[in-house]
Amino acid sequence: MADIKIDTVNKYYGDVHVIKDVSLDIKSQSFTVLVGPSGCGKSTMLRMIAGLEDIHSGTISIDGQVVNDLPPKQRNIAMVFQSYALYPHMTVFDNMAFGLKLEKRSKDEINDRVQEAARILQIEDYLHRKPKQLSGGQRQRVAIGRAITRKPKVFLFDEPLSNLDAALRVQMRVELAKLHDQLNATMIYVTHDQTEAMTLANDIVVLDEGIVSQKGSPMDLYNDPNNLFVGGFIGSPKMNFISTKITSKSSDKTEVDLMGSSKISIPKTSASASEGDEVQLGIRPEHLTVNAESDGSWESKVFVVEKLGSGTFLYLEKEGEPLVVETEGDSNIKVGDTVKVGFSASRCHLFDSSQQAFK
Amino acid sequence: MRKLSLTSILSQLLLLIFVIIWIIPTFGLFISSLRDKDLLSISGWWTSLTTTEINEIHRMLGMEYQIQENNYYIIKGSIFEGNTGKKITSFGITSKKINEFSLGEIATFKDNSEVTIDENGNYVWKSKTEFTKKKGKRLFTTSLSPPSFTFDNYKEVLFKEGIGRAFINTLAVALPSTLIPLIICSFFAYALTWMKFFGRDTLLALIIASLVVPLQMSLIPILTIYNDFGALFGVAAKSYPGVWMAHTGFGLASTTFLLRNFLKSLPNEMMEAAKVDGASHYDIFLKIILPLSIPAFASIFILQFLWCWNDLLVGLVFLDQVPSEIILTAKLKELLGSRGENWEILTTGAFVSMTVPLFIFFALQRYFIRGLVSGSVKG
Repeated sequence: MADIKIDTVNKYYGDVHVIKDVSLDIKSQSFTVLVGPSGCGKSTMLRMIAGLEDIHSGTISIDGQVVNDLPPKQRNIAMVFQSYALYPHMTVFDNMAFGLKLEKRSKDEINDRVQEAARILQIEDYLHRKPKQLSGGQRQRVAIGRAITRKPKVFLFDEPLSNLDAALRVQMRVELAKLHDQLNATMIYVTHDQTEAMTLANDIVVLDEGIVSQKGSPMDLYNDPNNLFVGGFIGSPKMNFISTKITSKSSDKTEVDLMGSSKISIPKTSASASEGDEVQLGIRPEHLTVNAESDGSWESKVFVVEKLGSGTFLYLEKEGEPLVVETEGDSNIKVGDTVKVGFSASRCHLFDSSQQAFK
Repeated sequence: MRKLSLTSILSQLLLLIFVIIWIIPTFGLFISSLRDKDLLSISGWWTSLTTTEINEIHRMLGMEYQIQENNYYIIKGSIFEGNTGKKITSFGITSKKINEFSLGEIATFKDNSEVTIDENGNYVWKSKTEFTKKKGKRLFTTSLSPPSFTFDNYKEVLFKEGIGRAFINTLAVALPSTLIPLIICSFFAYALTWMKFFGRDTLLALIIASLVVPLQMSLIPILTIYNDFGALFGVAAKSYPGVWMAHTGFGLASTTFLLRNFLKSLPNEMMEAAKVDGASHYDIFLKIILPLSIPAFASIFILQFLWCWNDLLVGLVFLDQVPSEIILTAKLKELLGSRGENWEILTTGAFVSMTVPLFIFFALQRYFIRGLVSGSVKG
């Protein structure tokens, strides 16, 4: 249907280089999430695909056609904005029919399409209301409905859920996933929320300061981050990082110092690393276990205990480095207790001084 | 319940004072314009609801009205024309003692003729000898006049003094002078806000800079240029198109600036959504900007219309002071010179000139407030 090919695209705002030689292949009917911290260029990327921003060099093609110089309406796209961007003086129906009316479609067709979109989004009852009479979630549905009615090849979402409250966000997230299955359209979704990225995406593209840090399926990114940035960005709570040194190295294993107490051998290696190098040991909170026999372990004092019901977060400190541990269910560990946390070597990540991951 | 603090009481008080200061002269003008012109000339509008004491001089009828009755020559008449409601309380026959006699008393002139008068102003003047003068003698009366309101002043001002014509002339000046810049500035402000083109910011800076050029300074050069160009096309030196163009020119900068500030407050994402929906600039302008800008248009309309309506200077410079072209303010100024004594004409004329601004303001005021504060609160 609609592959999107982005080839060495650059973008400047004045002297600021915001998108640096970005190349991406987005497969037809995939759900691709552009994710990254604010200012990483993800929204700019989306707006360039939409045709709302100029491209300084490189090409963007949709379905094999270079669209660099096409206005948005000729790119066969629809976009959903963070602030919904509904037309406040029009009813929901007119909002959704606006694009179709501009295309000079027949009245019956407009009516059919709007009704269909309203049915999919369950907003049939609100069609004759004005946007200001709707709640945030309803407005967002209308904004999505406005995109659906035009039957575009590509849907672009610019942080569509970030104006909603937490409960509604979860609900809309599920509905967006359903919608993608229903419509079978190519969707590109921008968010800074890694949970949204993990749950919705077929492919996640992590952007960092205008560069694609890593692209892959959510579980690839989770299990196998390319670099420190992706490791830290994907997963919640954040991956723990501990500065340490390589004590010895073989072709498939790297042994690092565990803060003097012991050593651990991690089944990952890097060609550029050598003995004595400073490295970051990364381990996710959910891979740390309390009082269990394992490949490596620390003893440490608990500073904060956060009970969520389904799990408990323990905030520890080990020689100045903060350490978060996620345990299942309720825990009787109290603030001030000293606990022993263990972890398995295969769950560890190593990042060298240029922040690249050991593989 | 709002807390009553000293500041809020003070500000409420101040507001009240301002309101009173603004309302009272307007109210006075309105009352005055409705009062009888004789009453208006001797007492203030605040006495209009009480009876007023009036001293008047009347001349009685002359010899041709005399009739003979029981050896007396009698002249009967009334000093009031029609029923004015005035009640005479005393009268006199010499200017030194104007209320020498009370009602019912007989006043005797030097020639032994006698006069009596009742409270409605009917007098009986009788003499044993024949009246021989064409003019009657003077009668000084003091009477109480009840409150009296009338539309006569309006009738006179609108149809006899030419204010009616001037009113229409002013409309003919003010309406195009408001609508033309409004139409131009709406397109202009849209382009300045939502279109990217070379020199846009410079243009905006120029517009803001032109706001500080005083009208009085550029008036004469513009008139000269207009006349030179007009001569090329055979257009009269002073005519309506000239004044329209002048008002358009002087108003365009401020209207554009105000409207641009409003448009700037509309969310950018909405325009982008429309662009993605396939709308051209023209579509966006007509289908999204225009309906959303009605409050802004209304407030700019009020400002520009009131400016043109109340303007005297531009109208004086760009129009001839002939009945077909003179505007209301110029006409009032002219009346002030020629009929300065006739308060009833001036107050009525002034009030006529105020009716349109008052009407416009009350009709559009809800937009006026919204337009001025729009953008300050998130909708």
